[in-house]
Amino acid sequence: MIRSGTKGRILDIIFANGTRICALLVFLIIVAIMVSLLAGAWPALKKFGPSFIISSQWNPVTEQFGALVAIYGTVVTSIIAMLIGVPVSFGIAIFITELCPVWLKQPIATAIELLAAIPSIIYGMWGLFVFAPFFGDHIEPWISDTLGRLPVIGPLFSGPPLGIGVLTAGIILGIMVIPFMASVFRDLFEVVPSVLKESAYGIGATTWEVIKKIVLPYTKVGVVGAIMLGLGRALGETMAVTFVIGNADRLETSLLMPGNTISSSLANQFTEAVGEIYTSSLIALGLILFLLTFMVLALAKYLLIRLTLKEGVRT
Amino acid sequence: MNGLRNINVSLYRKRRIVNFLILTCSILTTLFGLFWLVWLLATLFFHGFKYLDLSVFTQPTPPPGESGGLANAIAGSVLITLMGVLLGAPVGVLAGTFLSEYAIRSRIAPVIRFVNDVLLSAPSIILGVFVYEIVVVPTGHFSGWAGSLALALIALPIIVRTTEDMLKLVPNTVREAACALGAPRWKVTVSIVYRAARAGILTGVLLAIARISGETAPLLFTALNNQFWSSSLNEPVANLPVVIFQFAMSPYEDWQNLAWAGALLITISVLMLNIIVRTFLRTGK
Repeated sequence: MIRSGTKGRILDIIFANGTRICALLVFLIIVAIMVSLLAGAWPALKKFGPSFIISSQWNPVTEQFGALVAIYGTVVTSIIAMLIGVPVSFGIAIFITELCPVWLKQPIATAIELLAAIPSIIYGMWGLFVFAPFFGDHIEPWISDTLGRLPVIGPLFSGPPLGIGVLTAGIILGIMVIPFMASVFRDLFEVVPSVLKESAYGIGATTWEVIKKIVLPYTKVGVVGAIMLGLGRALGETMAVTFVIGNADRLETSLLMPGNTISSSLANQFTEAVGEIYTSSLIALGLILFLLTFMVLALAKYLLIRLTLKEGVRT
Repeated sequence: MNGLRNINVSLYRKRRIVNFLILTCSILTTLFGLFWLVWLLATLFFHGFKYLDLSVFTQPTPPPGESGGLANAIAGSVLITLMGVLLGAPVGVLAGTFLSEYAIRSRIAPVIRFVNDVLLSAPSIILGVFVYEIVVVPTGHFSGWAGSLALALIALPIIVRTTEDMLKLVPNTVREAACALGAPRWKVTVSIVYRAARAGILTGVLLAIARISGETAPLLFTALNNQFWSSSLNEPVANLPVVIFQFAMSPYEDWQNLAWAGALLITISVLMLNIIVRTFLRTGK
């Protein structure tokens, strides 16, 4: 009896510490990632200094490297993706939760969740073979004829219709984040208690007013989080972008021209890079990307904490 | 009185019009979103099925201009993914157990949770670079093990998160009842709590498999690719995502056709996994 008690206690200690070690392992992995990225990026950072971030040169032959083109491409494609993805997935979520007939609700919701699981390489391949030729033949000439003629924003939309380029990559990214964000938005909107919505409908609110005054305030914490998650995905996405961005290391004003993102530079050049400085510059790009997604996540967490504190107790 | 009524009528009309416009926009955006996705799936199935035949499953990847299949890539993918899950799942389940069962008043739990979220949101290509630095550079060659490790790092945070969530759903009274019978803590966890949350934990693992089986970016620098059958995980291993990437980017048409077939295979298996998870969750409850 006593024996089994001590045996149980020993197993208890082993099990408890085993789980603790595994949890600490997660922490150690992140530390190791930071350390190895810093160590790998160090030669490049030492050689180029802070100007690495603002230099738009990327020349493997003369070994002059700067991150500006890749950072610009990453940020711009993500912004385009968010401009497309957020309103569309928002509209889809509203449609599913408020407008759609009941029999259609589950099929559409399931379809969107399944689409969110499709690997990004499929989106990239479709973009390269189907979307980019179509876009280059039919949409881009129109864009450069109309938007390209406008003052101020004109230069952004002028240039030859190549099909592949920064704008195409942004659109593919946008299409890719739609199912992901729409299914998160839908989950959020579903948890709003019907009593709240029904009370608003009961005093004569229209559907839009219910969404604006009841659903959104109730779910704003989650909505902010979902947008940030989508942004994080868009920033770090590799395959969907690599296929269609054109892999050019020049800084172009026009969105129709090929460019590069951090992740597509890595995917295209990492295994081919020769020389310490070249590899190290690519790892430095990776470090910047890691910090960028980390900041987006930290910002999301901070906003969520602020919003929940302000909100008071929810019953 | 009359004036007031007029104002109300115009206000009412305005509210109705705004409502109508917004709801129309919502329907249009839904159609817009679904349009792309349907287009994507339609082309994928159209091209994929056209080139999907038996030789895809029986023959290894061909040099350009010759006929062949994807057999070695399929086998390699399955192997790397399985190894990745076998590496990631035990650590993930135990870490999730710690967060849910042992770290209730612990101060490191929020830190671990945050770090896990960082790992979850870290771009997969960064994990590839990391594994390249710590495995490929020291050993001097690309290997299937490096690929599995990179995939394990992607699976890990997913499994930690779902395990914690699922264990938290187990009512406390169940734990208390087991403790009251004199069961030690580990036994409560292993034979009571795990059993109650079995379906949920398995769901997390399956979702992680679905996620990593299509991952391409981290494999580019770790498992690389191999045109032939690989005899061990110690050398570069052919795998579907990287083969698709290389073949699709190539100028040879028969390679591109094989890429379509491979893309269809990956999509179908990922969708199947997700559907299994769904039905599993429904019957498990």
